[in-house]
Amino acid sequence: MESKFSVTYQEGIASCELCGRLDATNAPAFQEELKKLIGQDVSRLVFYAKDLEYMSSAGLRTIIFAKQKIGAASSVYLIGAQEAVQNVIKMSGLDTFMILQDTYEE
Amino acid sequence: MDRIDTHPTHKYGEFDLRCGKPLPFGASIVPGGVNFSVYSQYAIACELVLFNKHEAKPFATIPFFDQFRIGNVFTMVVFDIDYENIEYGFRMYGPFDTKQGHWFDNTKILTDPYAKAIGGRDIWGETPDWTVEYQHRARIVFDDFDWEDDSPLETPPENLVIYEMHVRGFTRHPSSNVKHPGTFAGIREKIAYLKELGVNCIELMPIHEFDEFENSRISPITGERLLNYWGYSNVGFFAPKAGYAATGKYGMQVDELKALVKELHRNGIEIILDVVFNHTAEGNENGPYISYRGIDNKTYYMLTAEGYYYNFSGCGNTLNCNNPIVRNMILDSLRYWVTDYHIDGFRFDLASILGRAQDGSPMHNPPLLETLAFDPILGKCKLVAEAWDAGGLYQVGSFPNWGRWAEWNGKFRDDLRKFIKGDPGMVGAMAQRIQGSPDLYQWQKRGAFASVNFITAHDGFTLMDLVSYNGKHNEANGEGNSDGANDNHSWNCGWEGSTQDININQLRLKQIKNALTILLVSRGTPMLLSGDEMGKTQRGNNNAYCQDNEISWLDWSLLNSNAELFTFCQRMIAFRRAHSALRSNIYHQDKDYLSHDYPSLSWHSTGAWNADWSYQSRWLAFMVLQQRPQSGTPRNTFVYVAMNMHWEAHDFELPGLPEGVFWNVFANTDMQPPDDIVQPSQEIIIENQTQFLVGPRSVVVLIGK
Repeated sequence: MESKFSVTYQEGIASCELCGRLDATNAPAFQEELKKLIGQDVSRLVFYAKDLEYMSSAGLRTIIFAKQKIGAASSVYLIGAQEAVQNVIKMSGLDTFMILQDTYEE
Repeated sequence: MDRIDTHPTHKYGEFDLRCGKPLPFGASIVPGGVNFSVYSQYAIACELVLFNKHEAKPFATIPFFDQFRIGNVFTMVVFDIDYENIEYGFRMYGPFDTKQGHWFDNTKILTDPYAKAIGGRDIWGETPDWTVEYQHRARIVFDDFDWEDDSPLETPPENLVIYEMHVRGFTRHPSSNVKHPGTFAGIREKIAYLKELGVNCIELMPIHEFDEFENSRISPITGERLLNYWGYSNVGFFAPKAGYAATGKYGMQVDELKALVKELHRNGIEIILDVVFNHTAEGNENGPYISYRGIDNKTYYMLTAEGYYYNFSGCGNTLNCNNPIVRNMILDSLRYWVTDYHIDGFRFDLASILGRAQDGSPMHNPPLLETLAFDPILGKCKLVAEAWDAGGLYQVGSFPNWGRWAEWNGKFRDDLRKFIKGDPGMVGAMAQRIQGSPDLYQWQKRGAFASVNFITAHDGFTLMDLVSYNGKHNEANGEGNSDGANDNHSWNCGWEGSTQDININQLRLKQIKNALTILLVSRGTPMLLSGDEMGKTQRGNNNAYCQDNEISWLDWSLLNSNAELFTFCQRMIAFRRAHSALRSNIYHQDKDYLSHDYPSLSWHSTGAWNADWSYQSRWLAFMVLQQRPQSGTPRNTFVYVAMNMHWEAHDFELPGLPEGVFWNVFANTDMQPPDDIVQPSQEIIIENQTQFLVGPRSVVVLIGK
């Protein structure tokens, strides 16, 4: 599967579709995309991860970055992440600042 | 606008470079690249060797140009490298002349002494590929962890109850029922248990990167290779042990440990690290090249005049702690753990070595210890010394401290052990220990909390084994039972090892309760060994450093079979926390300077107000006055503890109480559960207010209220 990331913004909610692999090779580009949200009024950051096969620590760091830079007060959702991806997040304890859900109701 | 200093000035092959910043040492992420900096006084040249993660062969070797050396530091920035996926090492050129202390060997690739993460042993116990020339592989870490509002807790030492544990051993046993056994994540899953027990500080045995495969011995019992399970053998002073992280295989051990610290703090639990700055994993003249030996041997190690390694650690070499460069490295390491990991304190293994001069002689005012005592960043940290070393220096009570250092009180351990097994002539010493050892600490105007009190620690018997074995049983270590301490002051209660004899087993449980009670009513900071609260056994092994198996792992099913011990321990901790008089930092005795008509601490025996200090006396009681906080608040309470370590029961005459105040029983180790201990504040008033029959080898705790 091709790795690609699309970021959309609408009424305080930023949505990101994650596909394929998110690792050191493409994380910087994704981070650049996310940077565009800085300064916007983002109350929720929703990452749709159903089609995400693998996320390295570089990938996780882009989400940490999003949380820290885009708004410490905003809620970060990771939706439909596959078990392997969820495991890394839980083992490292990074699940404490994002909300892991199977589906997201707008 | 780009800063001009972020542009390359030099080129080597495909790599863009410029002269780096010498400080900080190690690898630092800078705009556009990575700044590498390494110290060596005697090297004449240095190369940076770069690997892709996990790959055996380097993809590049970049020399530090002559103009990239500033003083004794080689430093350069390498631009545009994928720092998340590389591992790096150094190759040093210099003299090989061991008589002069030089061990340079440019065929070796060396770990950065300041590596913040080290690969190569990513998964615990996974046999390494020994054909790979670079075994312990420095990595570059990010410091973007989201700490939110967390900071070290700064719990006053008088309120601390320490719980010493091994990261892997705590949850590795299947009975722990955690999702990630034997890891930092596993401890995180057991925080609720620690809170239930009531401890508010965990002390982790070494978590710096080490090589569990450094042993080559085979177990004579199982035929399996023995690992270095304890890890008192540093490979890197800045890197957490990857094999202790469930995420070590993803290189995320840094995040996992930080997440543990944050979650502990959120639950009011501090974390102290056991740090080993006395030696490294490079061993003696026959040991491997890992880092220091090849980078600047003469700086990092204490050497004899002939160039051999001094061995004050018992582990082959001795870190040259009072060399100014090494001293700074130790300081940098500790500051890093406080700043980047929010660690609350440190326990220094064989700390007396840190007070030795470069020639090995003990110093009066060791600069390293003084530096640590006054360092601004460590200013609120607990500093605890294991105040002895393997070279014969024993400094319990005299460790250079500047009023800042506490000590593992080995005399508390030994005296308490002798007292509970019924040795004569111990009551005088016990009175000192219970008060916080003024004989050891008062002369320097140190308070009771200079003393970390303990009965057992990782070194030696568990508490259950202390009452089950007269001698050590270390055959499984493969050293012919010659390793481990011989002066255990243990008593097996009548049978060596496990038994079906009900009377012996009951006596053992009672002796454990006696020891726990005295520990938790004594002044000074109490430390429990993980597992003692549920009767953990190591089957008589008192030196289980190489036993990565059921000898060492905590068997959580003991919580059911020894439920009464857990309840007893939990309630004793709660009792200590409820009564500040048991936690006073001030030495005083038989003086009524609070004008309450009673001394704040008084000694008794079978006769009230009349302690029996004779040689044959095995009975002692004391009473502390819990003063009312202010006039108008509830009246004073009294805590009275009677200890009868004689094999016969004795009547203890109780001190009289003011009118309207009565004696109530909190604990009586002679009783069977549930009558051995109650919930604090649920104490039961006793019928006979003037006398209490204390059973053979028993401790009674009363409260006057």
